Amino acid sequence: MTAAPLLEVDDLRVAFRTRDGVVNAVNGLSFTVGRGEVLGIVGESGSGKSMAMYSMMGLLDNPNATVAGSALFEGTELIGMPLPKLNRLRGSSIAMIFQDPMTALTPVYTVGWQIVEQIRTHEKVSSQAAWKRAVELLDEVGIPDAARRAKAYPHEFSGGMRQRVMIAMSLACHPSLLIADEPTTALDVTTQRQILELIRDLQAKYGSSVIMITHDMGVISEIADRVIVMYAGRAVELGGKSQVVRSPRHPYTWGLLGAIPRPGQRGRRLATIPGLPPGPHDDQTGCPFRSRCRFAMDECSEMPPLRATGDAAGHLDACWLPGDTRESLREEIA
Amino acid sequence: MAEVTVAIATSERGTPRSRRSAGPWRVAFTQIAHNPVAVGSAIALVIIIAVCLAAPLYAQFIAHTDPFQSNINGTTVIDGHSVAVLQQQTQGLGLGVEPIGPTWNISNYFLGADSQGRDVFARLLYGGRTTLLIGFSSALICCALGALVGIIAGYFGGPVDWVLSRLMDIIWAFPVYLLAISLSVVLLTGGLKIGPIVIGPSNLLLPILIIALIYVPYVARPIRGQVLSLKNREFVKAAIGLGASDWRILRREILRNVLPTVIVFIPLMMALNMLTESALSFLSIGVQPPNASWGTIINDGLDLLYTRPAVAIAPGIMLVITAVALNLLGDAVRDALDPKAKLRGAA
Amino acid sequence: MLFVAKRLGSALLVMFAISIVVFLIFFATPGVDPAARLAGRGASPEVLSQVRHAFGFDQPLPVRYVLMMDHLFVTRDLTSYVNIGDKVVPQIMQAAPVTLSLVLGAAIIWIVLGLGGGILATRFRGSVVDPIIMVIGIAAVSLPAYWVGEVVNLITQDRLHDTVFSWVPPLGYVPFAQNPGQWALHLLFPWLTLALLYGGIYARVLRAELVTAMGEDYVRTGRAKGLSERRILWRHALRGSLSPVVSLFGLDLGSLIGGAALLTEVVFGLPGIGKLTWDSLQNLDLPVIMACVLYAAFFVVAANAIVDLLYAVIDPRVRRA
Repeated sequence: MTAAPLLEVDDLRVAFRTRDGVVNAVNGLSFTVGRGEVLGIVGESGSGKSMAMYSMMGLLDNPNATVAGSALFEGTELIGMPLPKLNRLRGSSIAMIFQDPMTALTPVYTVGWQIVEQIRTHEKVSSQAAWKRAVELLDEVGIPDAARRAKAYPHEFSGGMRQRVMIAMSLACHPSLLIADEPTTALDVTTQRQILELIRDLQAKYGSSVIMITHDMGVISEIADRVIVMYAGRAVELGGKSQVVRSPRHPYTWGLLGAIPRPGQRGRRLATIPGLPPGPHDDQTGCPFRSRCRFAMDECSEMPPLRATGDAAGHLDACWLPGDTRESLREEIA
Repeated sequence: MAEVTVAIATSERGTPRSRRSAGPWRVAFTQIAHNPVAVGSAIALVIIIAVCLAAPLYAQFIAHTDPFQSNINGTTVIDGHSVAVLQQQTQGLGLGVEPIGPTWNISNYFLGADSQGRDVFARLLYGGRTTLLIGFSSALICCALGALVGIIAGYFGGPVDWVLSRLMDIIWAFPVYLLAISLSVVLLTGGLKIGPIVIGPSNLLLPILIIALIYVPYVARPIRGQVLSLKNREFVKAAIGLGASDWRILRREILRNVLPTVIVFIPLMMALNMLTESALSFLSIGVQPPNASWGTIINDGLDLLYTRPAVAIAPGIMLVITAVALNLLGDAVRDALDPKAKLRGAA
Repeated sequence: MLFVAKRLGSALLVMFAISIVVFLIFFATPGVDPAARLAGRGASPEVLSQVRHAFGFDQPLPVRYVLMMDHLFVTRDLTSYVNIGDKVVPQIMQAAPVTLSLVLGAAIIWIVLGLGGGILATRFRGSVVDPIIMVIGIAAVSLPAYWVGEVVNLITQDRLHDTVFSWVPPLGYVPFAQNPGQWALHLLFPWLTLALLYGGIYARVLRAELVTAMGEDYVRTGRAKGLSERRILWRHALRGSLSPVVSLFGLDLGSLIGGAALLTEVVFGLPGIGKLTWDSLQNLDLPVIMACVLYAAFFVVAANAIVDLLYAVIDPRVRRA
């Protein structure tokens, strides 16, 4: 990667104290996001991908959660940053959009009001100017008749339109990093595609970096430059999009990719990954995927490090299987 | 959490007997039994009920008094001296009479006398019997009636629901005390005569029925809502799909799942009904003389408030203790059986 | 606008329904001759026939209903047969400001207490504030207001009147127009008696709502926007949490006007509609009771309609309904 990435996360850990002991939701996650780059983080629900983002943004309000590790944003440490300082970053330099657009907007204010609030929290502008900008933003994200619709309440919008409002709001202060937490999951398929295209267009236009969190490999292949595959709080594979999507190296990624329907594969059963991810109280030593992995071996009782096992530069994975056998093993399950 | 209760109830039915764990009722009971507040409240209630039930024994064998007989010219012996139960007032104009105050002697005017020379403590116990009886029976009637209306309206829907719901809306919109006052004042001036059934003005059935009736929407509305949502649940749909009769579905699926909520309402409703009874009796349109209830005694004590406060204060304290115990117990039952149940917007 | 019209229309409909229920209760309950009831105990045959004529007992029910409404609201010449010749409606009109003073004053105090307490309890969640609010909440549903009033009187008027509470005026009422200071002073303890208990309930409800609201997605959005915690609580969480409190307020305003206030007036010797009802209950003066009940019920319905309109201002989602 080139020098001075926008965001540099190192050994991020999130742990929850529960009645039955400590649960590690994120277990030593490290990655970087370059300027203008779209990083996709993919994994099943509960794999810790959202939790990692929330911990960076200071959005974990569970008093039993502890966050350790480091996340440098433009060289400033986010973890443990005091709230007033963090509040100056949140919404202006780093913006976030969430999974459920139905509940993410305050129901009792007009969408225009909420965008104006966002702008005026971070910039000293008159409310008229802010309102004008809010209307422009709504127009830009493709809301028809934006001047009138800005005066409407969230419940008067459809799900897709609401997510557009969220995007307009998040882009209001031209953030250098946009974290999108499953932005399309709650939407129907056609709307999903439109929202992804919108994010991609705006990203290209403003040059923001994007972290796209999803459980859907399809979304990743559509939008990401680089991909992290997460499983049970850890990165199990990391690489460029084409590397991960075309020649995945971790058995878990094989399973994920097998679970997407593709044209030209008619008549074949969709692959599913057997079993369930380890529960929070299950044995946490060793490879977390080994109980569901058909290639599990004795070595797997020890945690495999994230490292390059093949020839491609920057393509890392955490698996003990010999690097040169991966292709043939993948054929076996396909 | 209500979902959980329901889920337990249904899954239990589906699983073979051998794997059966403790049933939901047993789980709830254990939870209540391990809640010190609930157990304390239950003990307090048992003591209050036992003491009040023993009222005739107390009056006959300990106090040797008839708390329903006025005793204006009576005398009693205190510290060896014979004292008139009612004395001419010495303060002010000296026009009124002043009953003797608390002697704190359990066998002789423990809490003093009221303005007719009757033993307040004995009346307190008798009054408790009446108040508890009215509170309990009207709560039962109200919950049964409310559940019936709610289930019928919710399950059958359509015009039946429309009629019942509008009826509930009207009672709901009518402030409860005003409705109770209207009903009471009319019935107390002549009793109720429906064909061969005649209920006299001083019959306790009148306040019981009036209080039960005015609170029916409090129970019927939430139950109707619950039945409506139950009707769309898979297990009810499955039963309908399998061709089960309405009666069977009502009994096996609906009633079984609505029952916890109804049970949660009973103690809370009983507290509410006791307070209502006392308020109506205080207004002199609840329990009629010669019967006593805590409300009528508070009313008796109104004129004696500054001279003999025990007359008005003591029944109030009993009422508050009982109501607090019932509300605490009700909250515990709710937490155990159906945490979402709400009798009213508040509390 | 349509919403306002609809709401007012339904309020009128409810008033009509209530008047029918009252009419049926007073005129069609099986038992004794309704004329004998209205005329009061031991009425003479002349009075009885007078009552029969005035309320049209020889005519069908709908006519009787119209006659009753006519006496109550149009000609307003309904008279008491116990205190013969007393016109009922002017008495109610005279008593209404007293009841309004009591209820509105108490309502303002309890809303302030409830909102303040609820917000405080949310800010200091898990501290000693929580159990205090719990206790007040349980007490509020368990304490009869009239009895609490008596205890208050006992303390402020008698037992501690010579020392701490020597400034407390005797029971009674002073009109606002006559002396605002005395008006407030006379109403202070009645207000507090009603407001403390209700305020406790409101604090409890608001706290529960606020705690739920603070866990909502839009609060997370607010944080991600960089809003301060204070702004999130006051502008976002509180606004949404007010709706259930407001609807509860409508319900309680009704039970207060038609219940607790009625009993509190009696205890504190305030000559409002409640006291009027009480006095007529003592001598079973049915025309007065009937009129009091109807006017109070209409009061409640009107108050509820106003609260609902307020609700729609606070929560735009309601307006569609």
